[in-house]
Amino acid sequence: MTTILDPTDERVPVARQITPRTGHISGVIGLLDISKPRGNVLLDELERLLAARYPGVETRRYAKPTFAKPCPSDLRLQIKSECQVLVEALAD
Amino acid sequence: MTATPFSLRDMAGEPRQFPTGRPSLICFVKEDCNTCNLAAPVLEAFHQAWGDVADIWLVGQTADGNAILKDRHGLTLPILDDGALRTSLAWDFEIVPAAYWIGAHGEQRAPLEGFVREEWETLARQIAAELAAPAAAVAWSDLPDWRPGCGSKHLDPDIHARLLAEAEGSPIRARRIEIAPADDIDEFMFDQGFSDGLPVVAPTPERVLRMLSGTARDAQDIVAVVPPSMAPVTVEKIAINAVMAGCRPEYLPVVIAAIEAVCTDEFNIHGVNATTMGASPVLVVNGPIRRRIGMNMKQAALGNGNRANATIGRAVRLVVRNVGGARPGGTDRSTLSSPMKFTMCFAEWEEGSPWEPLHVERGFEKDDSVVTAFAMTSGPVQIVDQESRGPDQIAGTLGLGLEGVFLSKIHRMPVDALLVVCPEHVNTLTSGGPYPKARLRDRIQAVTTRPLREMVANEVSGAGISLASAAKMTETQLATPSPKFADGKFIHIVVAGSEAGKFSAAFHGWLTGAAGSAVVSRKIEC
Repeated sequence: MTTILDPTDERVPVARQITPRTGHISGVIGLLDISKPRGNVLLDELERLLAARYPGVETRRYAKPTFAKPCPSDLRLQIKSECQVLVEALAD
Repeated sequence: MTATPFSLRDMAGEPRQFPTGRPSLICFVKEDCNTCNLAAPVLEAFHQAWGDVADIWLVGQTADGNAILKDRHGLTLPILDDGALRTSLAWDFEIVPAAYWIGAHGEQRAPLEGFVREEWETLARQIAAELAAPAAAVAWSDLPDWRPGCGSKHLDPDIHARLLAEAEGSPIRARRIEIAPADDIDEFMFDQGFSDGLPVVAPTPERVLRMLSGTARDAQDIVAVVPPSMAPVTVEKIAINAVMAGCRPEYLPVVIAAIEAVCTDEFNIHGVNATTMGASPVLVVNGPIRRRIGMNMKQAALGNGNRANATIGRAVRLVVRNVGGARPGGTDRSTLSSPMKFTMCFAEWEEGSPWEPLHVERGFEKDDSVVTAFAMTSGPVQIVDQESRGPDQIAGTLGLGLEGVFLSKIHRMPVDALLVVCPEHVNTLTSGGPYPKARLRDRIQAVTTRPLREMVANEVSGAGISLASAAKMTETQLATPSPKFADGKFIHIVVAGSEAGKFSAAFHGWLTGAAGSAVVSRKIEC
């Protein structure tokens, strides 16, 4: 029997739960631009389509300071408190 | 000092507890030691004389050896089994036989190690006196004046580190993984995803303990928080991965400092790992530690063949992979990636440089040992010039060699580059007198300056300024002289390589600055 020491962070993986789907679009929809080039093009089009099809739905735009770093926790909390749904645009 | 308690089994398998509540003579022996065989009959005589008022015990270091000793000398005194050697380790002697007399008050005195007849005779008289008992029947004059003992078995190099790792007070806290005898250890570690694709050294507790001897830091100190899992990494976890990478203990302080550097917000190892562009840390080591740990800074400095260069960079990668959880296909999204993602670490040949070493330029003392981390996407890209003989000519060549960063037509880039100037090119640069780095940077900028219009998209390449944007620009704007780099400060310069060959090299950067990665240096605490 050989014993080795665990080189990892030893965290037990936690299964991530997907937010339950409501089947309809309502409330406030956040549109997050991760600040990659042309992400705004995708979100502009999405915002236009949402406004045309769902006039009662409000959209709000957000942007990460840089795509290269994780979303700042303040921004995450702000989005969570203001939106029911979030669409994140990667683009390029 | 009070003797350390123990519980060991005798040859009948019965547990014997120490202390016993009576005066005791505890003698550690091993069967294959001639001097232990000399002492065993003496101890038997002691047992015959005083066994009813004191405990005279042999503690043997192998169970098989105990049986042989008993038969060979017809011993009747209790012989205890310390085959696990934990009691030997706890009692902390070096030579067997090691005889401890513990008097009625439990005081442990320095042991008699080996056999010096006069010392043993003195001890025998002392015991008889303390017990108010007759002398033991030992024919002292038949015994040699002295015989050296043997090294205790618990100090065997193969055993000692394991004993320390398992002992109470061991700094090891990581989860232990038992690998069944039927499993191939190397294959097991591949299967667990611990490897970068090459075999790794099994991080046994003994090896990790030896690795930890390379630093004075506490094994449980938290060095950094490693993205993307944002997992705290301890000195111990770094040591485990350093063992796997093949490091020697003296490299560990460099690995620790490098982890500190890359896990800063400024360096942003998360983005460096995640980018599709395939960025990787390039580590440059400066200061006295380069020579102390045998780093390569001369011939083949950027390549294979040197253990320190190869394994320090690899250890950093394994920490980021195993502790941070950054793996290709997971958060490492490189389109092509790079062999630098296995390892990329070298030392600057400060002694061969006409300039201040990199770490001094970055604000450290010359005698400091420092590791500097660059986020690089390409390299080393060779810059070949065997013909130039003038200083400005060779500086011009180095500039042209850097024009390929990202894409040669793209200029005014706020992006780092690391230029490694070879000694022969240094000689040419300085052939007419000092050639400061500032002048070299200016020259690089001068020879790469092009009018902005050359960056406009055309039929050859659509990269650069779009036609729509260019259409809004004036002729004067399009004529703006545009050097390769937005500022000379993005050009970092070090010296390395052999004294033969006119081949310098460049590493090309990633996204420089607050939105991407900045160069970070950390002092190495030896």
